[in-house]
Amino acid sequence: MIAALWVMVGISLLLGAVLGFSAIKFKVEGNPLVEKIDAVLPQTQCGQCGYPGCKPYAEAIAKGEANINKCPPGGEEGIRKLADLLGVEYVPFGEGAAPKAKAVAFIDEQTCIGCTLCLQACPVDAIVGAAKQMHTIIASECTGCELCIAPCPVDCISMQPIGEDITNWKWDYPTIPIVQVAAR
Amino acid sequence: MRPLFKFHGGVHPATHKAESTRTPIALAPIPTKLVIPLHQHVGNRAVPVVQVGERVLKGQIIGRPEGRLSSAVHASTSGTVSAIDMQLVAHHSGLPDLCVTLIPDGKDEWIAHSGVDYRQTEHTDLRHLLRQAGVVGLGGAVFPSDMKSYSHKHKIKTLVLNGAECEPYITCDDMLMRERAGDILRGAEVLRELLYAEEVLIGIEDNKPEAIAAMQKAVLDDKHAHMEVIAVPTLYPGGGAKQLIRVLTGIEVAAGVRSTEMGVQCFNVATAYCVWRAITFGEPLLSRIVTVTGNVEHAQNYEVLLGTPVDELVALAGSRADTNKHIMGGPMMGVDLPSGSVGVTKATNCIIEASPKLFPPPPPALPCIRCTRCADVCPAELQPQELFWFSKAKDFGKAQEYHLFDCIECGACAYVCPSQIPLVQYYRFAKSEIWQRERDAQAADLARERHEYRLMRIEREKQEKAERLAQKEKAALAAKAASPAPAVNPEPAHTSSAADPDDTLQMRIDAAVARAKAQAATAQPKNVNALTPQQQAEIAEIEARRAKIREMASHAGADDEPPKSNQG
Repeated sequence: MIAALWVMVGISLLLGAVLGFSAIKFKVEGNPLVEKIDAVLPQTQCGQCGYPGCKPYAEAIAKGEANINKCPPGGEEGIRKLADLLGVEYVPFGEGAAPKAKAVAFIDEQTCIGCTLCLQACPVDAIVGAAKQMHTIIASECTGCELCIAPCPVDCISMQPIGEDITNWKWDYPTIPIVQVAAR
Repeated sequence: MRPLFKFHGGVHPATHKAESTRTPIALAPIPTKLVIPLHQHVGNRAVPVVQVGERVLKGQIIGRPEGRLSSAVHASTSGTVSAIDMQLVAHHSGLPDLCVTLIPDGKDEWIAHSGVDYRQTEHTDLRHLLRQAGVVGLGGAVFPSDMKSYSHKHKIKTLVLNGAECEPYITCDDMLMRERAGDILRGAEVLRELLYAEEVLIGIEDNKPEAIAAMQKAVLDDKHAHMEVIAVPTLYPGGGAKQLIRVLTGIEVAAGVRSTEMGVQCFNVATAYCVWRAITFGEPLLSRIVTVTGNVEHAQNYEVLLGTPVDELVALAGSRADTNKHIMGGPMMGVDLPSGSVGVTKATNCIIEASPKLFPPPPPALPCIRCTRCADVCPAELQPQELFWFSKAKDFGKAQEYHLFDCIECGACAYVCPSQIPLVQYYRFAKSEIWQRERDAQAADLARERHEYRLMRIEREKQEKAERLAQKEKAALAAKAASPAPAVNPEPAHTSSAADPDDTLQMRIDAAVARAKAQAATAQPKNVNALTPQQQAEIAEIEARRAKIREMASHAGADDEPPKSNQG
């Protein structure tokens, strides 16, 4: 009886030591779920979700603090992907949070006074310029977050929608047109 | 007799080739205007190098190649550039692209040009000549030929010349082989030289006996060694590069593998012809053979200047009144042209005039009955019915798992589908959606990286600033400790002021003022050397006047308020 007890205690101590060791040795840094959520988000860093960037929003979703329908740039497909990832129900966008057409910022260089305020606002450093030098947008890096528009004191930044051209044109989903046929 | 191999599947659509092979190739007259797109090849769009209003000569470069994968675009005849703008082009999207519009002057005046002997020219120079001559694959893929004529990575054993021309209606390669076999084979020799290939196999479908005979005769006449003309069975899509290589050599080019890795390179016969013209005569690619057929009075092949509007071309063949659209290419893989105003490009092998009688509108698609006839005919050995379901359900991950990107969009599956489902449309939709997603994912990765770098930079700047401040504070404390000895003080001016020595800000201001004063004291006017006595006299006079004014001012100022500062 006593011997059996000692054996059990011995085993539990050994296994406990192994578990304790592996908990330290194979510790996962950060929350892997946050990385996965962040990979789904469109990285516009626009703050429309109410968090200062995509990563903080991903962290909030992972903690269960934020709903998954707060990211208009991700579109409905983004919500579906998040719902799939997290195993929750699809939630439609709330009031006034509809996705917009993609656009890039454009600086009217005639009006720009070179105040650098937009440079400081841009989350992806997509604006080139210096004090009293007019600024310009690197269109290929611009995420269309619109964060540069509010700080501009002379309102010289506008959003220009990205038009469809031969390089980004997509095939339509095949549909069968419904034709009205006269009743016999 | 060489043993031939088979590729999987294939269909036998009605060929309709006899209509346009009755008469020899005719030279199309110079049209009233040429609309020359700058993006006629795979790769980067050529950059326009001419101005509106400029006179250009035949063969002059109007678009220079941009980047590694690109090709030059030339003026097809002499004339004046009337516009460089967005115009409709031959593309599935029906969207405009950058084109140069040329009004020909009718003189057809060549720019100075000359060829080289390919045997005595460096291969690098030959490839450069091909690039500058705008030679691209004329079978329809328009891949720059200079990029294909390399063999340094993989040893090329076999050069395959593709004269199969499997699509119905198209006969441009057939007629070219009948009439210009000698030059095609000479071009093949140039390509063989560039690739160090041992043998040349010319695959021609056996429904073109005249072309086969002409090519065989040319091989014998010019005594080409290790070159063989082989009749291959007529089976659509036997003209696909992978399919033809399979039939001729038995080599199956796996998914995601280039044929060059298996020691085979494939060129179209018309490309070989253009290579010969470009290298030996210095003639860039300015015209090509185009079959005009379908709903026309007399179907025929024309040698057409690139940029010729399709309307003017089909008028030559007598397009009938009930034509409702123009198809560029064949009926299986062709592009419906958005308008008759688009210019002929390097990819235009055929213009089919379509009428509702000739191509009745397809009946509405019925549900898939899973008969898998599409899988039986698929030359890429895919499961078209699975690809259809996944594309329809927008399950793009699954579609890719089923090798969507190995689909060559030949249309054989849709041709046999008993439910008339536009299968290729679904595959194209899925492919373009996947490309779009990849572009978006790349943009997101870039944005994430830049954002994270920005956060890191802001953090670093903050730290650096804090460190700088801490150091200054330290220096100030040290200065305070060593107070009465200004010689060892890093901020030597603080003793001169009556301010509180504890206030480091005030200390710094005082230091700056002192520095400025010291600088002003040491500064010497630099424009008073080597003056004439007359100028010196003038300066002395002015200085005297200034001194007088200053004196007066200080007297006057002393009466009402103390002088603010020194005017010097």
